[in-house]
Amino acid sequence: MSNPTSDAPLKILVIDENPIRRAILEAGLRDGGFENITLLGNTTGLLDRIYSVDPDVIIIDLQNPSRDVLEQMFQVSRIVRRPIAMFVDQSDRDTIAAAMEAGVSAYIVDGLKQERVRAILDMTISRFGVFDRLRSELEETKSALKERKVIEKAKGILMKSRGLDEEAAYGLLRKTAMSKGRRIADVAESLVSTFDLLRD
Amino acid sequence: MTTAKTGRNTSTPLRIGFIPLADATALIVAVDKGFAAEEGLDVELVREVSWSNVRDRLNIGQFDAAHLLAPVAIASSLGLGHVRVPILAPFNLGLNGNAITVTNALHQALKSEADGDITDPKVSAAALARVVAARKRAGLQPLTFGMTFPYSTHNYQLRFWMASGGVDPDEDIRLVVLPPPFMVESIANGHVDAFCVGAPWNSVAVDLGIAHILHFVSEILQRAAEKVLAVRSDWASKNPEVLMRLIRAHGRAAEFVEAIDNREEVCRILSAPNRIGVTAEVIRRTLDGRLKVAPDGTFRSSDRYLLVGRKGAARPDPVQAAWLYAQMVRWGQAPMSDELLKTSLAVFRPDLYDEVLGPPAPRAPGEPADGVGAFVGPAFSANDIVAHLAPWSIRRSQS
Repeated sequence: MSNPTSDAPLKILVIDENPIRRAILEAGLRDGGFENITLLGNTTGLLDRIYSVDPDVIIIDLQNPSRDVLEQMFQVSRIVRRPIAMFVDQSDRDTIAAAMEAGVSAYIVDGLKQERVRAILDMTISRFGVFDRLRSELEETKSALKERKVIEKAKGILMKSRGLDEEAAYGLLRKTAMSKGRRIADVAESLVSTFDLLRD
Repeated sequence: MTTAKTGRNTSTPLRIGFIPLADATALIVAVDKGFAAEEGLDVELVREVSWSNVRDRLNIGQFDAAHLLAPVAIASSLGLGHVRVPILAPFNLGLNGNAITVTNALHQALKSEADGDITDPKVSAAALARVVAARKRAGLQPLTFGMTFPYSTHNYQLRFWMASGGVDPDEDIRLVVLPPPFMVESIANGHVDAFCVGAPWNSVAVDLGIAHILHFVSEILQRAAEKVLAVRSDWASKNPEVLMRLIRAHGRAAEFVEAIDNREEVCRILSAPNRIGVTAEVIRRTLDGRLKVAPDGTFRSSDRYLLVGRKGAARPDPVQAAWLYAQMVRWGQAPMSDELLKTSLAVFRPDLYDEVLGPPAPRAPGEPADGVGAFVGPAFSANDIVAHLAPWSIRRSQS
């Protein structure tokens, strides 16, 4: 067992079901000079596994119901050999609020100096932010791709039913969108669904 | 928004956290049936996945109020296992509502060791002691029981029941925390032999044919405060009028829930995917107190399975707070002190409830005189917890 009050490298356990976020967090922690990192994606038998890893710091995402399992470690119990206290005290509400906003919580071994943990928590909060940005970019890309597909389909319908070429079909969609004050993708969507309705 | 009733022309936004369980009924109905809106409250209900999240978000102010385990409200006010944040409970969201469910194999083992009717908790606890002893002799691993949180009624109900039969919950059993959505899976794959949890999870396990409901917790204690509407004490002092409106909305909701004619509508509201998200039929069993207890289709009924508004259930009872504190002392979670007892009692606020909803009705006929109604042991006395705990030999030394 490492001595949490010495300068020995901290053992960090990351519990996160999302493999991408797990990887982003691990990379961030390694960049920050933390080498002793264990990643857990599956929380089956969590207490036993924490037991064998014997971490100084545990990081868990808030969407994980197993956070409640960690709370059991505060209890006087023969399953637990080492009490782990949550990284919360009256003076640190801002950091905790920031972590909860970012969607993450951290637990530390009792007696570990908060300065040593702050860098880890700050890193975690920023990496969770990075993941959120990546995810919303991905969602934007996905919906842009979907819109492009709908526009293609609407163009095809117009080309076939009105005998237009591709450019003219797109022009018609754009003109309609402008005159109705709607987005081209929305006009295309209405056209495709109306077309499906008439065809069925 | 203008409400005819109050004449206010702005509505107060509130964020309230909840866990998808049947005992969040009064809160969900207060919001979805429009009682909160009629009080000028614009409530955003936030569905959470863990009690730790609910507690922390309430404590740091991301929630204005929350559906919270009654013992967590007390533990938070005492600073147990966590930073101290004083909490008030001006409305009780439910009494009872949990059940103890065991695997088919354990049910069979208990039955064959039972000296009488296994639905009697005295009989089942004694049978458990014999099963535990037999496993020890055979060199088998101890039985594992799941419950929801260290500071939970489930934890205390399980401990109270098994200790009465001579089973030490820390020495003879592995008692582990499991998030409610993982309970059924854990009993299916053999990680636990039994669990104590609220609705709908017991019914889900029975419906799958893998478990029996052994006891409704109301068979162990007639009255046990399960979930409360919790607010931070400092929030309450800054927003006394908003709190009054919130209590009124809950009072109307609890009354609505208990009117049998509304039950179908209530179950439909609760079954929505962003609320409890299980079928209306399963929720109905809970509210009706008529549960399928065995895979063969046996049903058991109780008029006190989950009490939301009837039998004085909604009015916070400080005796309940004292009983929960006594369990924390018994199991080594808290030291015994008059100061801590006083703080625990002050978490439950019948005075705030009465101010809005009127003076309490006299105790309903058949309700326990001590306010708890345990199936075994002397009557509970909030004034002398030390003497009350003295006869119990299975307990932890005070921390």
